[in-house]
Amino acid sequence: MSGTSYHPVLDPALAPPFPKAVLPVLRNPQLRKNVAHAIDVIQAKRARLVAEKVDWQELRSAGAAIREHSLAHLGAYLEQFEARCTAAGGTVHWAADADEARRIILEILRQENASEVIKIKTMTSAEIQLNPFLEAAGIKAYETDLAEIILQLGHEEPSHIVVPALHVNRSQVREIFAQSMGIKDLSDDPKALTAAARNYLRQKFLTVPTAISGANFLVAETGSVAIVESEGNGRMCLTLPNTMITLAGIEKVIPRFQDLEVMLQVLARSATGERMNPYTSVWSGVTPGDGPQRFHVVLLDNGRSKILAKNTERQTLRCIRCAACMNSCPVYRQTGGHAYGSVYPGPIGAILTPQLMQMNYAQSLPYASSLCGACYEVCPVKINIPEVLLELRSQVVNQERGKAAKFFDPMYLGLRAANLIFSRAWLFHAAQYLGRVGLKLFTGKDGWIHRLPSIGGEWTQTRDLRGLPKQPFHSWWAARQKGGR
Amino acid sequence: MRASLFITCYNDTLFPETGRAVVRLLERLGVELDFHPKQTCCGQMHANTGFRGEAFCQAKRFVRMYQDVVAVVIPSSSCVAMIRDQYPGLFEELGNEELRRQFASLLPRVYELSEFVVDQLGVDDVGAYFPHRVTYHASCHGLRGIHLGDRPARLMNKVRGMEQVPLANLDRCCGFGGTFSVKNGEVSSAMLAVKLQDLMATRAEFCTALDNSCLMHLGGAMHRQYAGMKTIHLAEILASTEAEPAEALL
Repeated sequence: MSGTSYHPVLDPALAPPFPKAVLPVLRNPQLRKNVAHAIDVIQAKRARLVAEKVDWQELRSAGAAIREHSLAHLGAYLEQFEARCTAAGGTVHWAADADEARRIILEILRQENASEVIKIKTMTSAEIQLNPFLEAAGIKAYETDLAEIILQLGHEEPSHIVVPALHVNRSQVREIFAQSMGIKDLSDDPKALTAAARNYLRQKFLTVPTAISGANFLVAETGSVAIVESEGNGRMCLTLPNTMITLAGIEKVIPRFQDLEVMLQVLARSATGERMNPYTSVWSGVTPGDGPQRFHVVLLDNGRSKILAKNTERQTLRCIRCAACMNSCPVYRQTGGHAYGSVYPGPIGAILTPQLMQMNYAQSLPYASSLCGACYEVCPVKINIPEVLLELRSQVVNQERGKAAKFFDPMYLGLRAANLIFSRAWLFHAAQYLGRVGLKLFTGKDGWIHRLPSIGGEWTQTRDLRGLPKQPFHSWWAARQKGGR
Repeated sequence: MRASLFITCYNDTLFPETGRAVVRLLERLGVELDFHPKQTCCGQMHANTGFRGEAFCQAKRFVRMYQDVVAVVIPSSSCVAMIRDQYPGLFEELGNEELRRQFASLLPRVYELSEFVVDQLGVDDVGAYFPHRVTYHASCHGLRGIHLGDRPARLMNKVRGMEQVPLANLDRCCGFGGTFSVKNGEVSSAMLAVKLQDLMATRAEFCTALDNSCLMHLGGAMHRQYAGMKTIHLAEILASTEAEPAEALL
């Protein structure tokens, strides 16, 4: 947004490439312990609860089918949602991009004369950098989700989409609360910490009449918004304020109320390893005398319709933000979320972020994966993340390969040469010979290579490589044929 | 039974002993083995790095080379996964009808080594002898890519003299990931460190797998660290007998 000075957080346009961003993280024992511990706990719970569902694969298929169907008829379902929500007393706004969404929300808040706003956890608001924008416009946003409070008070950034403060441990939370709330003798007992948060929150709930939420689902049939949460603070935001503004990506719509049956089952088990999340709030427009009397929905595109138009990539929009992919990801387990430089980290972030950035930023993210396939295996809506990663990688290569700067890049040079070599057997065999002779220079007396130059040095930083054997297999075979076995 | 061996580019270049073991094993089981001298690479490295045009060149080469064989046996689960998961998309994109037909007819005849031995030859006990403590690393492509299931275990359970130790977190990636290991060398190394902890906890002498790419990564680190554990392709264990022990033991 031009002319406004605010400090964006986790902005993919400003983030360093993934291989650089991970370096400080990999050397941070506390962070790596916190992340691995939290992930292991969630993973174990999820595995237990998925295993008890004998029809889990059928549920996944049903979830995938509902989401795919919604996307195939997205325009129609969004219009139906708009009509039903409007009929129920809500106001629906359409925002083409982050800038428009921010302006719409600011305008509503100005009409409400709001100087403060309370928020239900919404990653979409972080996607559009809403908090710093509102702050610059003189409106203070207060998070009410416990993890989000920790981050806000500690001036930290989210590292996970379901448990955004996953990288922070109990004693760090104690420090943040003690400092920001001025409680000197606060203990790190979870009960004491939640009590402190409750005191802090209660005052906000009782004094701030305007609230912002995200949406887990938009139901076209009834014009309803559904929010799932664990703490009940979202429910407070849906009860006490006069005005509610819901910000939702356009892909969040599902056709029928009944579809929630499948979606809520797969979401809770995948996200937090629970049979059902503790609080599920579904509301349709405005109900006189009950809850917010003014209700707005801001439907955000911000690059989503471009993703929708693409065959392989479309499945990205099926995502219901359960984070099972990041919990299962061996890369995320080592790095946590911040290195992805986006509010959406992990495998889903690695495909979603560059696409939301229309491939202008975050091109290192499709490569932030060993393609192990664990994400696809756990995804409750069957997003083939490795397939999309590969598609995006090929787009990155197509972008870069024409550039003069990439011509002599060792990776590009090597892969172009390899293609030539693999296209003719005699060239391949000559390259094997030359490779062996060339590598002799680097091969130690023990027959192993301990240090290589250039891109090979990336390998030998932690791994040796056995020197090339004298006789490749095909030569052995040829000699054996000649010798008549 | 006749079969043609696709050894794969990196096994040909770096791990000829695996190829020799496959030959020894399959011939012992009565397979009439053939080797196409002009074979090179399946295109996996290119496809996984985003060089789709180049990957297509190799895919086309593979399909044309093997269209007439009875069976192709490949001792590398990730290369088999490449052929099964990525070739269809590549040929689809190119829209070459003849190639698509040729590929469709070839695909059911492409086997990973343990698939070929267990499913096609119908053998669990290959008559192997390997008196060592061994742990099995289930490569991601073998586990989730081509669903090898219990085939490796069925083969290993019949190896005489071998003591098996289960590996914790069997489904977790070792961090190799092809060019990932150099493009994201530090993260790859962090994943490797975690995998090595699980491996060392088994106190095995050998870590085996059906994919030398993971083993190159793991074995390279074991060598660097004087870890006292070696890597060995499962084909070499299965080929090993009292009379002719595995080359790794010589």
